[in-house]
Amino acid sequence: MKILVAVKRVVDYNVKVRVKSDNSGVDIANVKMSMNPFDEIAVEEAVRLKEAGVATEVVVVSAGVTQCQETLRTAMAIGADRAILVETDAELQPLAVAKILKALSEKEQAQIIILGKQAIDDDSNQTGQMLASLLDVPQATFASKVVIADGKATVTREVDSGLETIALTLPAVITTDLRLNEPRYVTLPNIMKAKKKAIDIVKPEELGVDIAPRLKTLKVEEPPKRSAGVMVADVAALVEKLKNEAKVI
Amino acid sequence: MAALVIAEHNNQSLKAATLNAVAAALQCSPEVDVLIAGNGSDAAAAAAAQIVGVRKVIQIDDSALADQLAEPLTAQILSLASGYSHILAPATAGGKNVLPRVAAKLDVAQLSDITKVVSPDTFERPIYAGNAIATVQSSDPVKIITVRTTGFDPVAATGGSAAIEKAAVAQSAGKSSFVGRELTKSDRPELTAAKIIVSGGRGLGSGEKYQELVVPLADKLGAALGASRAAVDAGYVPNDYQVGQTGKIVAPQLYVAVGISGAIQHLAGMKDSKVIVAINKDPEAPIFGVADYGLVADLFTAVPELTNALS
Repeated sequence: MKILVAVKRVVDYNVKVRVKSDNSGVDIANVKMSMNPFDEIAVEEAVRLKEAGVATEVVVVSAGVTQCQETLRTAMAIGADRAILVETDAELQPLAVAKILKALSEKEQAQIIILGKQAIDDDSNQTGQMLASLLDVPQATFASKVVIADGKATVTREVDSGLETIALTLPAVITTDLRLNEPRYVTLPNIMKAKKKAIDIVKPEELGVDIAPRLKTLKVEEPPKRSAGVMVADVAALVEKLKNEAKVI
Repeated sequence: MAALVIAEHNNQSLKAATLNAVAAALQCSPEVDVLIAGNGSDAAAAAAAQIVGVRKVIQIDDSALADQLAEPLTAQILSLASGYSHILAPATAGGKNVLPRVAAKLDVAQLSDITKVVSPDTFERPIYAGNAIATVQSSDPVKIITVRTTGFDPVAATGGSAAIEKAAVAQSAGKSSFVGRELTKSDRPELTAAKIIVSGGRGLGSGEKYQELVVPLADKLGAALGASRAAVDAGYVPNDYQVGQTGKIVAPQLYVAVGISGAIQHLAGMKDSKVIVAINKDPEAPIFGVADYGLVADLFTAVPELTNALS
């Protein structure tokens, strides 16, 4: 069984981004870039399924600029077998990425496709659901536990009121939540090994998909600033402020 | 053209987030319909009919819709989609799960987590954990939207009298099935609708201390319970307590952060709260940068003291 995993290169989660002065976007020149944290969990899950003998091959895909190769190398250092980069400098929105992944999933005949539930840059939380829809396969979003057996995926999902478990016939799309697993530390020998693994580079046109953006960003602004408040000396002062100044208790 | 709101409900009652989504829908179109897709959902449909500003309620009742699985729910929404310029749902786990599936089938983009309707085709939405606000315009014929509930004041839940129209169920492939659920039992207000929230972080050190310190304070305040990602990851409390970029987004009247340092992704989930109180022993903790009232103190003594002071 083959697993396809999608990974996105994003601004590292520790970086506080700045809005550009011309309000055209955020400044990502010279900031640290990393694999989207939810995608790292996706790669880890796929590799664990391979280690458990459930999967035979883990193929990792990224779509975007040339530098996404670094992200793919990281995924292969975690344990993915090979990589595909759909290379483009164009802006890619979730629907376009879903179309790219649909083309690759069909070509690779993947039985399970695992993605992060959302990317921490655009916070869209769409691509996995869109991919499942385009492929006409079932989906399990926000997964915290995945069991594959007898041609089925049984997935526990994190929902607003607790946990929910659903069963999907394969092929299926799974998106990861934070507590699915804790990705391993990548070791130097594995980084070296990953350098020898193959990255296929294809262009979106070769896949025959329309990647034209549908949403136009008119401007990007700083959120309204919250002015820093006051420090209180003790609990009594806090209670006094809450009662008489803020009047919230 | 009209807007359709996908109600969040459990067949018996409506989730409050539906009211915020209706508010956003009314800014897109004066004609707003609500879809109740469920099983044995008459009570939920009756509740939806009372929402102020709703034109009509469309009820689709079928056993396949009992558990709100994404595929059958998508089929129902698609069967109605041609009559609408906007399809909206609250940006809850349910709305986030189903609407992108609808959008892809219609070959249109989705606008996630909008916080403002600028015009019927232009919306504001936070990106980068709320560190930037993007204004985006959609050129698609139908706008598929999830609504960040904290961005819109809810419409009144009662006072309206919309007609309830039953619609035929659309079939779907049924490749997924419901196995079970483990709901967190609580008599407290729902986190996303609470007026007061007390949240605990890793500073508490253990789940026992969370129970011992945070819970009594929340009891005293009639508050909902929240937590930072660190506290959830460490197993102090269940996942549905998590407030943050990828957990729940809240904006209560009062948010009390206990032993929470204030990572970017946590602040993203609560910085629109009206009044923020932070109790932390580290004066450099970023949480103090957004707090209206900060108390640098050992939480193990300060929190019980606060609970007592409120008696």
